[in-house]
Amino acid sequence: MTRPVIAVLDYGIGNLRSAQKALERVGAESFLTADAAEVEAADGVVLPGVGAFGRVMEAIRDTGVDEIAADAIARQVPFLGICVGMQALYESSEESPGVEGLGVLPGRIIELSDEVKRPQMQWNQLHSTATSPLLAGLPQDAWVYFVHSFAPEMTDDVVATCNYGGDVVAAAQRGSVMATQFHPEKSGPVGIAIIANFVALCDGAS
Amino acid sequence: MTNVARVIPCLDVEAGRVVKGVNFLDLVDAGDPVELAARYDEQGADELVFLDITASSDQRDTIVEVARHTAEEVFIPFTIGGGIRTVDDARRLLRVGADKTAVNTAAVRRPELISDLAREFGSQCVVASIDARRSSDADAPASGFEVYTHGGRTRTGICAVTWANEVERLGAGEIMLTSMDRDGTRDGFDIELTQTISDAVGVPVIASGGVGTLDHLAEGVVDGHAEAVLAASIFHFGEHTIADAKNHMLSRGVTVRPPQ
Repeated sequence: MTRPVIAVLDYGIGNLRSAQKALERVGAESFLTADAAEVEAADGVVLPGVGAFGRVMEAIRDTGVDEIAADAIARQVPFLGICVGMQALYESSEESPGVEGLGVLPGRIIELSDEVKRPQMQWNQLHSTATSPLLAGLPQDAWVYFVHSFAPEMTDDVVATCNYGGDVVAAAQRGSVMATQFHPEKSGPVGIAIIANFVALCDGAS
Repeated sequence: MTNVARVIPCLDVEAGRVVKGVNFLDLVDAGDPVELAARYDEQGADELVFLDITASSDQRDTIVEVARHTAEEVFIPFTIGGGIRTVDDARRLLRVGADKTAVNTAAVRRPELISDLAREFGSQCVVASIDARRSSDADAPASGFEVYTHGGRTRTGICAVTWANEVERLGAGEIMLTSMDRDGTRDGFDIELTQTISDAVGVPVIASGGVGTLDHLAEGVVDGHAEAVLAASIFHFGEHTIADAKNHMLSRGVTVRPPQ
């Protein structure tokens, strides 16, 4: 049996290496790329992201990663957006008014409550709101690591939330598109289990 | 719940090796930062901080290798500080897998470094490290808390509260606040300093300097209002594990991610 091949989309921003290393840890073959042909040959695609929404979207468009991502999603290849990579999948963000997201998931990105410190930079517990293969088999109220000041608004795609000055969207899924506001690649054994779930889906889809 | 306090062991690294008399009896190589990082991760550390105290510039690249190997072995967030003067210095560390970079002296000298880093990598990558001392002479700021640089040796005349507000405005995502009066004393955090800064800013504060007991860790959160607590010697010398620290904090009513 060959190892599933996962493309980590590299548009020049952020710590992409951690995602790649976590994928390799669970037995996937993983590489950083912004090459359409390489992504087309992959069994799964990861879109990481850190920083401001506007700057991330600009870099995604400048490198052609927007079309590469749209193509992979259209082919229903398992797709995982992480942190601002999750936010990029939505239509827009309060952080960067006027900047369009990829629009794969309906809804917009909103700022966290001003009654709590921002960014939320801590471990927090996942509360499952719908079943998703991405979060299958996790312990109840599993702890994962968040670092963000914005998050998606509540929509039908949400599969998990955390509590930080109110309910905050933590994970979403719509068909083959999955997304986490937290960092599974930085969430210890729980995060590794989530990455393993994703890789298993990629394996099944290929 | 809303605030979940983080427990962060700090490793001083010189030329790629942990220093400060580390004393893990059952570690073959007690001075290897990646091995220590993996051990703290297993014990339930929420994050790690590596401070590069390498003096000679020709050995500066060793910290990049520490970051690279840590990212291969440890799947929790880690920060690298010490000697970061430019956006490119930070980029090299982030590219190999560091999650955040901490800046101190270089940012006091050139505050735009913080805004440059925040613009380039996002605020979540930028930790402003502030070393403060109490001072009361004629040159002291009105708050009585003064910013020091160069590892606590050089006074600046700058008020620590004003500087904390300024680094937040410039785009730092977090403040690592060290009391240079308490650092190394094991007398506990400077609670008044910690609370003053933590209440003055809207970003998370990591309390640092002076931890000698597990109670001190809880005090940093309960009385100091810090979002995270950093300690070195109580963990390095094997007196306490991270799990001990967290169980104690839980018993004091502090919310933490429980040890695995």
